[in-house]
Amino acid sequence: MTAIDPTAHLTAEQIEELGRELDAIRDEVIAGRGEKDAAYIRRVISAQRKLELASRGVLLFSIFPPAWLLGTAGLSVAKIIENMEIGHNVLHGQWDWMRDPKIHSTTWEWDHVSPSEQWKHSHNELHHTYTNVIGKDNDLGYGIMRVDEDQKWHPFHLGQPLWNLVNACFFEYGIAAYDLELGKNLHRSRRKDPEFRARARAVGRKIRKQALKDYVVHPLLSGPSFPTTLAATFTANLVRNIWSHSVIMCGHFPEGVQVFERRSIEGETRGQWYLRQMMGSANISGSRAMHFMTGNLSHQIEHHLFPDLPSNRYAEVAVKVRALFEKYELEYVTGPLPKQVFSAWRKVFRLSLPNRKREVTTRDRERELVAA
Amino acid sequence: MVTTPLLPSDYLDLVGPLRAGADLRGRIEAVHPETGDAATVVIRPGRDWRGHTAGQYVRIGVDVDGTRLWRAYSITSPTDRRDGRITITVKAVRDGKVSNHLIRRATPGTLVRLEQPTGDFVLPPSAPAKVLFLTAGSGITPVMGMLRDIDFDDVVMVHCAPKPQDVIFRGELRDLVAVGKLRLTEVHTAADGRLDIARLDELVPDWAERETWACGPAGLLDAAEDHWAGHGVRERLRTERFRPVTAVVGEGGDGVDGGEVTFSTTGRTVAADGTTPLLAVGEEAGVLMPSGCRMGICFGCVTPLRAGAVRDLRTGEITEAEPGVLIQTCVSAAAGPCDIER
Ligand SMILES: Cc1cc2nc3c(=O)[nH]c(=O)nc-3n(C[C@H](O)[C@H](O)[C@H](O)COP(=O)(O)OP(=O)(O)OC[C@H]3O[C@@H](n4cnc5c(N)ncnc54)[C@H](O)[C@@H]3O)c2cc1C
Ligand code: FES
Repeated sequence: MTAIDPTAHLTAEQIEELGRELDAIRDEVIAGRGEKDAAYIRRVISAQRKLELASRGVLLFSIFPPAWLLGTAGLSVAKIIENMEIGHNVLHGQWDWMRDPKIHSTTWEWDHVSPSEQWKHSHNELHHTYTNVIGKDNDLGYGIMRVDEDQKWHPFHLGQPLWNLVNACFFEYGIAAYDLELGKNLHRSRRKDPEFRARARAVGRKIRKQALKDYVVHPLLSGPSFPTTLAATFTANLVRNIWSHSVIMCGHFPEGVQVFERRSIEGETRGQWYLRQMMGSANISGSRAMHFMTGNLSHQIEHHLFPDLPSNRYAEVAVKVRALFEKYELEYVTGPLPKQVFSAWRKVFRLSLPNRKREVTTRDRERELVAA
Repeated sequence: MVTTPLLPSDYLDLVGPLRAGADLRGRIEAVHPETGDAATVVIRPGRDWRGHTAGQYVRIGVDVDGTRLWRAYSITSPTDRRDGRITITVKAVRDGKVSNHLIRRATPGTLVRLEQPTGDFVLPPSAPAKVLFLTAGSGITPVMGMLRDIDFDDVVMVHCAPKPQDVIFRGELRDLVAVGKLRLTEVHTAADGRLDIARLDELVPDWAERETWACGPAGLLDAAEDHWAGHGVRERLRTERFRPVTAVVGEGGDGVDGGEVTFSTTGRTVAADGTTPLLAVGEEAGVLMPSGCRMGICFGCVTPLRAGAVRDLRTGEITEAEPGVLIQTCVSAAAGPCDIER
């Protein structure tokens, strides 16, 4: 946590040198991007679409239990790939360099209730810029949870294990609400703001379309299998939500990840920005299949350093990034999924209560520094 | 409703990229070498291909190293080719991305994007009695499309190439000459130097009476336009340029300042100099920039200018942002900070 600054041993010059070394890693990948990468994403998109089609086809007969199982499993996997390895990454502009209007951040719409446009703003601009800065990065607990000692405790936080569970099950709706900044915008004074209303209507339209497809059209197409197909698509969405929620929780919540004070990012240099990304993210270790199913967000640290590099390159980038962590004696937070999920949940439980003893927080430390 | 957020076509494209109703694509079926640095590419166009008029060109989007690049190529196949295929003939440009890719690396089976054919470098509905083709290098391509399309009564061709072996379609031209369908003069510039346009009097004494189509490098075309105008027969001459008329401003970039260019739809801001077309600036930054001829003639690249000012690279003229102002990004460069709606 934040009691001791784990980067205190680095001089300003070292931090800038680290920045230059990271820039070099980035430049190397950009120079080498090419035909193989383009073929990769096209292959993934094509396979995902075929899997989704096939699964929905099987679900037309979901009245038979084996068909239900097979179709639901296939659809869950297809939906996960669509959101994680494809949607999230395309919307980051990772594939914009291909200049293919069909695979471009400005044209892509994903299978998610939050419209791409709004998600890009809150995710790419806010979360990725202000990563783990208290009061700036709303991903830090999504505005409903306390995930660091430095965040002020409120009795509302007592219920946060429950909020987190509900959020996991309906994650895409949570994201949509959060992209709309509902917490802030439902205030009487803001509710009438025409810009907010337009965005809320866009979300409403997207939800309607998504729900119509998953919960009306496809079940209807299944005829006698209507109820079972309905249950299947609901389950697939549930699986996808819980999976992405877990993966994303592992990105910033596990023990060992740092959060930052608003003031600490004033006048931040490139090197310092990189350092904040390095200290504010955590990876998930695992097999290639595991990395793929997380949309390579298992390489969260690398993704935060270079959000717009093609996801298929994070694995090779990780080797070099990890070497830099070692060189600069920084802690590379990583672990298998169950361990990281457990760690994150434990934090959610622990911080639902006020800080036990007066732990030293960043704020206190800064106060001391100022006093000295 | 069934496929949201995708369209049914996104799924149909998986199996039928050339089907009717799809974005217009083509499949490369073969690449035949023509000379040491030119090749003919045989393309099977999608079902919605409307067919071309001899002399027209097609805009083609090719993935080079994974990145889609758009270029224009004249169609060299006749309009009534039985199998419905079209051909383009590409000559390598030094360091040229698309030309070298098509000639040396493109493989049969590759999909490319196409636009419908366009261009007004064409024959009138009934072919004129006396015709002159004045061409150089790859400029022979649109003319070959015409020669293959119809039989002319009286056609003369003056073609310039460095050496005899550099003449594209050499064998076919010889055949046409042999059966008396074409009179051909080759100018070999490596040995004889550039064609002096005044030599036309000697090569084609009745040139001024002929309806003329000319295609080649800017030097040749500029000279021809002056020559025809000087003799008061400018309306008999039609030209096709493969490259834009050279910029009158910023030679060497002296004294021409660029600025920060914001692509507001994509949300990207990059620095640009005052001589690089905004089309290239945007493409380099990963912004989706529509384009066509890349030389200011097709208007395939027009984009609203939301703020700031741009300079027309052909004339040096400055355009400032106002509601409704559209610019051609392929021939406009930043003149200070500006905001482009892409
Ligand atoms: C209407 C039209 C029809 C055309 N028809 C044909 C055709 O039938 N066959 C054909 O081979 N080409 C044709 N071209 C030219 C073609 O579109 C490309 O410009 C050419 O192939 C070079 O593209 P590139 O990507 O290889 O070069 P780029 O990578 O774009 O350019 C590399 C370098 O070459 C220079 N350059 C660009 N174009 C040319 C050129 N034409 N000549 C000399 N230097 C150049 C550039 O300034 C740059 O410095 C046509 C162009 C137009 C506008
Ligand atoms: S691309 Fe043709 S006018 Fe600009």
